[in-house]
Amino acid sequence: MKSQFSSFFKHFIASARDLSAIVAVIAFFQLVILQQPIPNLADILVGVLLVMLGLTFFIRGLEMGLFPIGESMAYAFARKGSVFWLLAFAFCLGFGTTIAEPALIAVAAEAANVAAVGEMIAHTDAAMNSYATGLRYTVAVSVGIALVVGVLRILKGWPIHYVIIGGYITVVVITFFAPAEIVGIAYDSGGVTTSTITVPLVTALGVGLASSIKGRNPMLDGFGLIAFASLTPMIFVMIYGMVML
Amino acid sequence: MELLISLGQGLLNTLKDVIPIAVIIFGFQLLVIRRAIPNLKKVLIGFTYVLIGLVLFLQGLEQALFPLGKLMATQLTAPEFLFKGLAEIPNQIHWQDYMWVYIFAAAIGFATTIAEPALIAVAMKAQEVSGGAISVWGLRIAVALGVSVGLTLGVFRIITGTPLQYYIMVGYAIVIVQTFFAPKMIIALAYDSGGVTTSTVTVPLVAALGLGLASTVPGRSPVLDGFGLIAFASLFPIISVMIYAQLAEWREHKKQRRKQDAL
Repeated sequence: MKSQFSSFFKHFIASARDLSAIVAVIAFFQLVILQQPIPNLADILVGVLLVMLGLTFFIRGLEMGLFPIGESMAYAFARKGSVFWLLAFAFCLGFGTTIAEPALIAVAAEAANVAAVGEMIAHTDAAMNSYATGLRYTVAVSVGIALVVGVLRILKGWPIHYVIIGGYITVVVITFFAPAEIVGIAYDSGGVTTSTITVPLVTALGVGLASSIKGRNPMLDGFGLIAFASLTPMIFVMIYGMVML
Repeated sequence: MELLISLGQGLLNTLKDVIPIAVIIFGFQLLVIRRAIPNLKKVLIGFTYVLIGLVLFLQGLEQALFPLGKLMATQLTAPEFLFKGLAEIPNQIHWQDYMWVYIFAAAIGFATTIAEPALIAVAMKAQEVSGGAISVWGLRIAVALGVSVGLTLGVFRIITGTPLQYYIMVGYAIVIVQTFFAPKMIIALAYDSGGVTTSTVTVPLVAALGLGLASTVPGRSPVLDGFGLIAFASLFPIISVMIYAQLAEWREHKKQRRKQDAL
């Protein structure tokens, strides 16, 4: 119990250090540049304390729950030897974690707004809603496909840079055909799909797979799933923009 | 009391996020793998910790950092602040007038990336897998510098109104060239670090900055020009992480050469 407490305390101090930069930046700009007092100081101090506690719990849970489960599933799939189920799992994980992602819901709503202002779709709630929902499903399917391709890459040992460079070239080519209004949103959607829970899970899965398959190096082959998951949404969102207009 | 209500609200939201993941994991575990999860109790406690951690983390951000940071982004981009010393606001705005906005973008990009939980997770894994060749802090600082440079450029782009795709294409070209020179073991990790930088902490603040700029700079429209900062923040870390690995390799070479010279 005592050692658990001291490890918690150590994590807590580390979290404080991680956050000190944000606090310093905000305090500096508020007090020195904007020259305004900090409002509701007590509220803010409680908030900072919550963030520190939250980060501490999260890191602890990562080590106890998310990392081990991701790895043990990777080993179990490798032992089972069924490529189909592994790919099905990868797709579900990508689709399931993305469809509910709050950042994506926000971006999709914003994109519908842009499309309505640009008079590409009707400026009604129904039209905007269906546009936003369609966009969300598009991104979620694209992340699912990304993880499938990424897992296949680990299984086959394809060098990652050819796949990624191919993806970049696709993005660039499609950019010329996509409506200008969708390009900014499409580029941003790549960054927002990978949430705080998905990233550790997917990373552990990739590293676990690469270490359980003979001839794969976890450093060379284990990473890269996140990269795919942030690349395909750009392509699919631009295609969505082209098809929907 | 208010705090409790909003914590409860946060718990519900985070649960909505976690449940699909839990269903997929336990569904596949039970139906396909059909084996007991090793250390089930520990894993469940870990999931609970992750849940509690995220709820507290988000609540704290909403309460402390986001309101102030968002307000700051709006105030720093307001013409009243930019032209404080002048009798009237000039018609013509030059990109140099936004000096503090660039500094703010660079500083907030660095600071929020350091605190990004997803990046901490990937850095921990990278240190473990590389046997310490890549350190948690080395990677985090490299990524944070990349986000910092990326956001500053992104802010410059919104102010000057230049097309996003040209910047991104040049960025891609740099990444592709670097790929052929960077140490092999870093490449996959570098590509990954583009995606992990922008999540819980960075996105809301960056979005506020983009929106603030696009609505106050003359000639920009918030709906069309406010986007793109996240794209910058996910591209430049790839470049900076590869530079980090190249520098580390170069230092190692130099050390070895010196050792050989000494012999």
